[in-house]
Amino acid sequence: MKQENKSFGRKLLENDGFQTLLASILCILGGLLVGFIVLLLIEPSGAVSSMGAVIKNFFHYPQALWFKYFGQTLVRTVPLLMCALSVLFAYKVGMFNIGAAGQYVAGACATLYFALGLKMPWIVCILAGMAAGALLGAISGALKTYCNVNVVISGIMLNWIGLYATNTILATVKNPTSPYTLPVASVNPGAVIPSLGLDKLFNEKTVTLAVPLAIIVAVLIWVVLNKTMFGYELKATGNNFNAARYAGMKENRNIILTMVIAGALAGLGAALFYLTGIEDWETTMSAVPGMGFNGIAVAFLGGLDPLGSILAAYFIQHITSGGGGVDLSYYSSQISSLISSLIIFLCAFVGFFKMFILKRIRLSDEKKAEAAKSAKGGAGK
Amino acid sequence: MILLVQYTLLFTSVLLLVALGGCFAEHSGVINIGLEGIMLVGALGGALTMKFLPVSVGAPVMILAVILVSALSGLVASLFLAVAAISFNADQTITGTAINMLATAAATVGVKAMNTISSGGSDVSSEIAYTSARELLTVKLGPLTLNWFVLVTILALILSYFVLYKTRFGLRLMACGEHPQAADSVGINVYKMRYAGVMISGVLGGLGGIVYITAGINSWKFENGVAGFGFLALAVMIFGAWHPLKIAAAALLFGVFRALGNVYTGIDFLASLKLSSTIYNMLPYIISLIVLAFTSKNSRAPKAEGIPYDKSQR
Repeated sequence: MKQENKSFGRKLLENDGFQTLLASILCILGGLLVGFIVLLLIEPSGAVSSMGAVIKNFFHYPQALWFKYFGQTLVRTVPLLMCALSVLFAYKVGMFNIGAAGQYVAGACATLYFALGLKMPWIVCILAGMAAGALLGAISGALKTYCNVNVVISGIMLNWIGLYATNTILATVKNPTSPYTLPVASVNPGAVIPSLGLDKLFNEKTVTLAVPLAIIVAVLIWVVLNKTMFGYELKATGNNFNAARYAGMKENRNIILTMVIAGALAGLGAALFYLTGIEDWETTMSAVPGMGFNGIAVAFLGGLDPLGSILAAYFIQHITSGGGGVDLSYYSSQISSLISSLIIFLCAFVGFFKMFILKRIRLSDEKKAEAAKSAKGGAGK
Repeated sequence: MILLVQYTLLFTSVLLLVALGGCFAEHSGVINIGLEGIMLVGALGGALTMKFLPVSVGAPVMILAVILVSALSGLVASLFLAVAAISFNADQTITGTAINMLATAAATVGVKAMNTISSGGSDVSSEIAYTSARELLTVKLGPLTLNWFVLVTILALILSYFVLYKTRFGLRLMACGEHPQAADSVGINVYKMRYAGVMISGVLGGLGGIVYITAGINSWKFENGVAGFGFLALAVMIFGAWHPLKIAAAALLFGVFRALGNVYTGIDFLASLKLSSTIYNMLPYIISLIVLAFTSKNSRAPKAEGIPYDKSQR
């Protein structure tokens, strides 16, 4: 009886996917609003146009360049999406993979060394990058299962170890006159990922097979998590470690395997980025690149769903690229990282937001039931 | 060798202060991953005080002002975690990570804007220099050049031990991290206690931040954050088994390894090994991984840490 009476709006409000979408949109709006307030506080006169630049990204430039800059944004979205997948995959199994940043760095190290030092073809370089990321993930996973070391702490330590090691190793293939590694495209053209005509479509040579490949990987992760027994076992291990163990699942193996896959994803992200030749590695880098940390933002903004992450990754990269267009006489491009970190902070409230909606629905249900009861009682008398 | 002792004491102070902060938060039941960001905010507050307060105010005023502003800045930063994690049951790890990123981004945007506007566009760095004010903070002890913060750290250590184990407040705080439902049943306000734990960690974290950026350097680039020191402090806390005195010993061990990176060229034996500076940079992180691998198995973390308190589950 009750269910028939439900209006479309109510059904929508009770739907978990809709709640997630609504929450994500609210997080984005909140982040943008606070970002705008910060701009206003720094200098009111340029705030509107600079905020516009952040939101518009490539639309900020002449129309002839739209596709080119759109292409560049897509190329930079790829590693971000991979890092997000790495974070969310581990999170589904109950681990917070803050080490994605270091796994990404290790991936960049192996990829670039195989491309520039060993002159390998692109496919080998990608596999090397994945293997390096997987290795770092495996260390975190093994430390967790065998030594009970918190994954967050080991991840952070490995981030810094990875950064210093990478800078040292890649210094052997760097440009002698600058801190950057040699350009992949001129040293070893065979290591550049083929573009199959995508470069002509976007009029931007760095748009390669990496873009569609990233989407395929995201779909694959969705299938593994939601449609396979392996994914089910992993999620069960994450939800209740002991229950999974009693059910006969190999919980230790599952945890290490999860971290290996998560690490490989982050490593793949680095490979798909550096093998396009859009950027070279700076060997004097003194802070771990933000890609892995932004991956955390994307994973939560995307509602911890691989497909949602595609949209979220594009959005975060869109505003990050847009940050380059702010009025540099007052502001800095880091305003975009400020907005994305605000978004993660707000994402922490999503659980509370959902509970709030459900509570309101239940309350209004109870009220209605009460009203119906008293109406009936009144008629009976 | 004297330099090694000097830097060891300075870095030990940083790690000890921040680890004690983490200790308070975790004993109340909240994991404070955001210490890294809290340190940076505290450092920013202190650096701004040193930049804008004229040197003529004299050493005591300067020292007090820097300590006060850093501690308050850290406190404010920690409230972000407290409100989200305690009042809104948010995931503590996500919130802490968000605070780390937020602190770095906000400090970078803020300092860059300040530098850009005050220099008319010629200086767009995220750097604050505080050379002359830092001299007021230093104190000569024989051949050692230390600063007053080392003394503050020793006081904080003694006070922490006393508060946690000898006062009603401390014992109640620890009860909230072990079994909040039981604590609640005897009339302790778990929410208030957790707020107190996180806010104390904010004060200590903020102090740790200012000690870190004044340890041997005259300026700081805020876009670099605090190079993982907040996390190293968490490792120190775990290695120190959540006990102030053991944490002090752990901090000393880590402090030595961190200091080696600054001074190894001055020690004949190490200089003759001709290892690259990268090795010394990596050393504290590698050591902490190894140490954690051996000590975490039997770790006695506060039982209820990381779990939002739900009154209805009593």
